[in-house]
Amino acid sequence: MNWTTDDTWIALTGALCALACSLPGCFLVLRKMSMMGDAISHAVLPGLAIAFLVTGDRASLPMFLGAAATGVLTAVFTQWITRFGNIDQGAAMGIVFTTLFALGLILIVQAADHVDLDPGCVLYGAIEFITFDTVRLGGWEIPRAAVVNGGALLLNLVVIATLYKELRLSSFDSGLADTLGFSSGLLHYLLMTLVAVTTVAAFESVGSIIVIAMMIVPPAAALLLTRRLLPMLLISSGIATASAVLGHWMALVLPPLIGFERTNTSGMMAFTAGLLFTLAWIFSPSEGLLKRYTAGAISESGSYPNP
Amino acid sequence: MPTLHDILSTVLLQSYNTRIVVLGTAMLGLASGITGAFLLLRKRSLMGDALSHATFPGIGIAFAVMVSAGGSGKDLLGLLTGATISGVLGVLCMLAIRNTTRLRDDVAMGFALSVFFGTGAAVYAMVQTKPGAAGLESFIYGKAASMVFSDVVMISVVGILVTGTALLLLKEFMLLCFDEDFAASTGWPVLRLDILLLVLVTAVTVTGLQAVGLILIIAFLIIPPTAARFWTNSLRRMLVLSGAIGAMSGWLGASVSALFANLPAGALIVLTAAAIFLFSMLFGSARGVILKLLDQAKLQRRIGRQHLLRAAYEILETMGQPVSNQPIPRQELLEHRSWSNAELSRLLSQARHEDHIEPGTGADTSLIHLSESGFGEASRITRNHRLWELYLITHAEIAPSHVDRDADLVEHILGAEMVRALEAELKPRPAIPSSPHRIPSRSSSSSAT
Repeated sequence: MNWTTDDTWIALTGALCALACSLPGCFLVLRKMSMMGDAISHAVLPGLAIAFLVTGDRASLPMFLGAAATGVLTAVFTQWITRFGNIDQGAAMGIVFTTLFALGLILIVQAADHVDLDPGCVLYGAIEFITFDTVRLGGWEIPRAAVVNGGALLLNLVVIATLYKELRLSSFDSGLADTLGFSSGLLHYLLMTLVAVTTVAAFESVGSIIVIAMMIVPPAAALLLTRRLLPMLLISSGIATASAVLGHWMALVLPPLIGFERTNTSGMMAFTAGLLFTLAWIFSPSEGLLKRYTAGAISESGSYPNP
Repeated sequence: MPTLHDILSTVLLQSYNTRIVVLGTAMLGLASGITGAFLLLRKRSLMGDALSHATFPGIGIAFAVMVSAGGSGKDLLGLLTGATISGVLGVLCMLAIRNTTRLRDDVAMGFALSVFFGTGAAVYAMVQTKPGAAGLESFIYGKAASMVFSDVVMISVVGILVTGTALLLLKEFMLLCFDEDFAASTGWPVLRLDILLLVLVTAVTVTGLQAVGLILIIAFLIIPPTAARFWTNSLRRMLVLSGAIGAMSGWLGASVSALFANLPAGALIVLTAAAIFLFSMLFGSARGVILKLLDQAKLQRRIGRQHLLRAAYEILETMGQPVSNQPIPRQELLEHRSWSNAELSRLLSQARHEDHIEPGTGADTSLIHLSESGFGEASRITRNHRLWELYLITHAEIAPSHVDRDADLVEHILGAEMVRALEAELKPRPAIPSSPHRIPSRSSSSSAT
């Protein structure tokens, strides 16, 4: 294995992206909306297409704004259908994102005469190539993806730190939050905006696989290790960082071992996150499989009595 | 633009290609509509999404295995087997997470989706360097428009198998969907039924993936059942309707795409299904939004009318016994309850339309005169209210000071039968009992009974 500066940048960018995604991801998991990252990353297609059709070029900013706006719309439509139609949130999410994606496909076909706006490339930004696209920042050549994801992380940190108390309350007891005078509806849309912006920033620069995986897997693993929000955020951040760094290392080490030339770094990062989750699942000191089977806490039907 | 002749020949399936695509998507819509209905009821609608992503590593691994065994690697059956195995593994992984941790279905599905998909991307990138790997993805993820006869045969076989199994085990699956814990406690093999149901879903998903592609099969598993849910509260009818909506979206969408050759058929079918969903959500006869709003408005009107007439009667009571129908000062009516001026005006004009108020008095006059029928209705409503209050006090032991509010909560839905039962219960009483409590009013001095 030959670890270069590029590899450091890739691991670092991956870690920034994983952190940025796992922070709002914790709240999504707590609110039983963990599929939102997946839904948004599919649903932004029409936003990209419209931004392109309006501006006529592939400049980042309009595309970014179009995508983020569609991401927020996904959350709004999901909320409407859930509330007015009185149906399951997952189903509402599925309806919204498949419809928006289909709409996006049709718009893209309309635009395809002019440009290579390929849905495949929308879904797979590639973390391997980030070092080809750099910006100068204070005398340093920094990959643009690192700046974008760092910015997303900073935004998440600021918003979550400022509204920590409110977000915590509305995630665990939205009724109480409303009674106490925080608008849990407003917080919901704020969180969704955060998720949309993070998702778009991340998948545009490093691909959707990392986004979807890091919004769900590290928070889920952290939830197996603690029942408190602050430790959950911290543990989830740790797992996210470890997944990214170890993932890239495994992407370099693993393929030669089993007779292949190379692999996909984002995919390996998701795979590593899955491995870390499995470790937490087995070895969690409070509720891991090991502890449960040795303590005989598994009820006969195989389901765990909810606390 | 397509001519009328084009439209007719497409809708009537006169071209062979159109016939194949329409038949295939309609069959798939039927099968996935039925399986999706169970997913919706189990709140697992995104299962199709998770599953179709979870098939990804299986395809890459199957390809690698077939290549190292000396084959071409692009054997459809082999790839589909790989996809199915990895899809089933994803499902098992999801069920294991759900059944052995505190994490819920959505997290379990998200885990299976993202980790399997990521692993798939890693595997796919590894096998990419093998000869013949190019186009592997499009080979497995089909497009509705490029469907061929063998696809239709396969969809039909899978569709019939899945539908048949679902119908044979309908009772068991219903129990699983509506009360899993009860099913478990009465000894049904809940876990095995759950796995079987998800295997059916896997079969539909993998077939659909290969025939029509990712986004359409996800939509097919979610949209038709959700649309059907707005029209009925019975599972059997929902299954039929869901299958029909799926088939209809396939047929309509595929027909439209045959007319506009450059638009992707899958996307058009999704949009057709979405349009049907929107229509159902608005106009559905069981849970549609408009119906619900109308019901709510009707109830609000009824409550408003009853409040107004009772207030009028209570004021008339204070004007002298025996109660007779005299003009009531509007100001007194306004002070009797916590109405705003505008609210009272609205209620009065509504009462005017219902002929409960004499013509010539109403929203704007300072004196309100109840009509003959209004006075009758007012005494009936007041009587019902008092009877109900008395019932609550004597039989439900509600304190007289609280009874007004409690009676208010239910009296608007008091049926004639219930009133007769109460009358019998509370005999002998005067025709209109006096209020068991002080009637509160903003001009508090005059309204005690």
